[in-house]
Amino acid sequence: MAETVLSVRDICKNFGALRASDHVTLDLRRGEIHALIGPNGAGKSTLIEQVCGTLKPESGKILIAGQDVTQLQTADRVRLGLARTFQISALALEDTVLQNVLLGAIGAQGSPYRFFRNVTANRQLREVAELALQRVGLLERAEMLAAELSHGEKRQLEVAVALTLRPRLFLMDEPMAGLGASGAAKMTAFLRSLCHEAPILLIEHDMDIVFAIADRISVLVYGKIIATGTAKDVRAVAAVREAYLGDDGWGDNF
Amino acid sequence: MSRETVVNLVLLGSLLIVPVYARAVDDPFLITLSTRVAIFALAGVGLNLALGLGGLVSLGHAAFFGIGGYTAGILASHALNYAPLIDGIIVINGSRSMPVIWVTTLIVSACLALLIGALSVRTTGVYFIMITLAFGQMMYYFSISWPAYGGEDGLPIAIRNEFPGLNSLDPFQFFLIAYAVLCVTIFLISRLQDSAFGLALNAVRQSARRVEMVGIATFRLRLTAFVLSGMITGLAGALFADLNRFVSPSMFSWQTSGEIMIFVILGGTARLCGPVAGAGMFIILEHLLGGISDYWLIFLGLLLLVVVLFAQGGLVSWLAGERVRRHG
Amino acid sequence: MDFVLLIEQILNGVQFGIMLFLAAAGLTLVFGVMGLINLAHGSLFMIGAFAAATVAGWTGNFVLALVASLAAAAAAGALVEITILRRLYNRDHLDQVLATFALILIFSEGTRWVFGSFPLYLNVPAYLSGPVTLPGGIQYPLYRLTIIVIGLGLAFGLRLLILKTRIGMQIRAGQSDREMIAALGVNISVLYTLLFALGAGLAGLAGGLLGALQSVQVGMGEPILILAFVVIVIGGIGSVKGALVASILVGLTEKLGSVLLPSIFKLFLSTADATLMGSALASMLIYILMAAVLVWRSTGLYGAAT
Repeated sequence: MAETVLSVRDICKNFGALRASDHVTLDLRRGEIHALIGPNGAGKSTLIEQVCGTLKPESGKILIAGQDVTQLQTADRVRLGLARTFQISALALEDTVLQNVLLGAIGAQGSPYRFFRNVTANRQLREVAELALQRVGLLERAEMLAAELSHGEKRQLEVAVALTLRPRLFLMDEPMAGLGASGAAKMTAFLRSLCHEAPILLIEHDMDIVFAIADRISVLVYGKIIATGTAKDVRAVAAVREAYLGDDGWGDNF
Repeated sequence: MSRETVVNLVLLGSLLIVPVYARAVDDPFLITLSTRVAIFALAGVGLNLALGLGGLVSLGHAAFFGIGGYTAGILASHALNYAPLIDGIIVINGSRSMPVIWVTTLIVSACLALLIGALSVRTTGVYFIMITLAFGQMMYYFSISWPAYGGEDGLPIAIRNEFPGLNSLDPFQFFLIAYAVLCVTIFLISRLQDSAFGLALNAVRQSARRVEMVGIATFRLRLTAFVLSGMITGLAGALFADLNRFVSPSMFSWQTSGEIMIFVILGGTARLCGPVAGAGMFIILEHLLGGISDYWLIFLGLLLLVVVLFAQGGLVSWLAGERVRRHG
Repeated sequence: MDFVLLIEQILNGVQFGIMLFLAAAGLTLVFGVMGLINLAHGSLFMIGAFAAATVAGWTGNFVLALVASLAAAAAAGALVEITILRRLYNRDHLDQVLATFALILIFSEGTRWVFGSFPLYLNVPAYLSGPVTLPGGIQYPLYRLTIIVIGLGLAFGLRLLILKTRIGMQIRAGQSDREMIAALGVNISVLYTLLFALGAGLAGLAGGLLGALQSVQVGMGEPILILAFVVIVIGGIGSVKGALVASILVGLTEKLGSVLLPSIFKLFLSTADATLMGSALASMLIYILMAAVLVWRSTGLYGAAT
């Protein structure tokens, strides 16, 4: 069995009476794309926030590369190898595309406590930044403002920033949304090659994409993981669950 | 050279030409006004680092302006009385030398900013505004209730402090000192804006979670910006004390915080020389409108309302012919 | 430090706290519902005091003066809400700070223009002056006691308004979800104006009531405003209950600190030093209290935890 890079062990998180995470256990193994699916309000976002450290679980543990990070701040988890892309782009929109990736390079390799030297003249950071842009195909957009990018290009920039971190794992929140058919296909191919560098925990709504791209799938409903396995396994289980859940809009995709 | 750079050079050039002209026609009052502009601009440059670049809307920067003023005043008064500041195992004497006073001011303001910042930078938005305002008010009341250095009456500085090689008593030479400090600070800030720190701070204002997600702890980054910002505004306070040869609790008042913020906004937030334009405009308005009516602050209020409601971006953006994009 | 003085200072603290609550309640509601930080709230307090002093001067009737303080501040509040502030609800906090700072300049200088720089005086009416004897033989000014009673009554009334009435329900809905009240078919702009006028009226009434204890002058509002901010930070933004608890806490700290601290320092310092240290520390005490609450709970006592 492949090495486990991210391990979520039995975490619980409640908001009042709502069980957002109900004994969730999840593994991300080296080399895989692991998709997390579930209807809106199932607790996907809450789970991501706990993995990133913006929310703290009430019980349970989160491990990155074997190290318990449950009590660590977000920035410390990133330094241990976590990279995330946001569902709603969280870019510095007033800055250029290059500056956005440079920020990643500063965080990963440099130090933000350099006050005098011009950072764009730093060859080492710039190489890291430009390589990341080149890999997602945004290099010729480097001097544009991030705000001027199209919706899909912003997604690519999100991925580029994550690449600069050279992480142990990627956590991608709907990286295909709004990309269009050809864009999504390109991104799918890119992620398939990327997962050999570092595994990807993928949150995605489009079931066609999920079944096409994911090595394993976990289904989260009402804060509980009700099934984990290959597309085939999950389809079988999900068909059973559909009977319980009825038609809630997403079951149709199976 | 970008249009903003041209505007910046023109602004700094004008600020130099006015007192040169004033000296030629022997108008010391105009020189003093120019010195006020330079010092207020310096205070604004300090706040602009926190507010414009870091998005930290501090309404308590009077705390640093005041502590700078009192540091200068207290050191000078001890030096003039030949009474040591601390008399014990270690003896620390007062000083009348501006460089010594400045270094002390920078250290003292940094400590105060670290203390206030550690408590306030953890919060954001409206909490941050209210807390910085409250801590500014705390310093105000403390300065009133502590009688050793004049309390409510303030503390006079009998003779302006000295700068090696210059005659600081000459208004023009004192202007040059303040102007040089302003220019050096603006140069350093211009470097900082393009540095790794500037890039990260700029990003924190736009998307704090993005910065956290590249492994940079935003609290420490913001706190550093707040401390640097407080140090610059503190230095302006020390110069202001020397300009007036007097410090009083009003340097700590919330109006002072509000005025420093006005310098920044009138000129344009995050604009390198915005505070120079803003402070210049403030002083010009004070004298144009103040000549017409004793109640000129009403007109300043109306002008400020118009700027906020209809003309975001400030004077430098207007001159530089472009608007800064703003986000919620 | 004798017992009677202590009780008296406790009552003074409660009385001051209640006044702070009247000033802070509107501020915290306006922030909680409209998301607006209003620095000019202190000006509404000042307008109330000036209205009360003026009407008392004309009519000699203290009750009319208090009604005037409430009405004038509520009217001024409604006016600035309709003309200016409603344009700022969706702006960032910096714009709100600047615009309301501009309003302070306009209100303060406008008042100075109309009334001059000399303070006005508002006298406590004969039937409320003089001391009353409380159980235990403690003498306490009747007027201050009246303030406590009126303030507590208003706090109770405000609670009823928010919990039991239709408007209160809309206010609570607005605090949790602005779109929801629109969905309920509520005319939001009218609700906002009413709410703003209510907060302004309470602040104005506090100005009128306190105006009889201090001189009525330009600039009297801002120290109260800043204390009201401290109250809100301690109590938690948007929480009326938090504002009440924090107001009393701040009022007690302010009044007891200035009496108790010098006495405490006298235990180990000379009298002169103790008075010096004690009064200097007392002047900072409420801010130290605020800092302590922040370290403990950065969203205040009753604020929503993050």
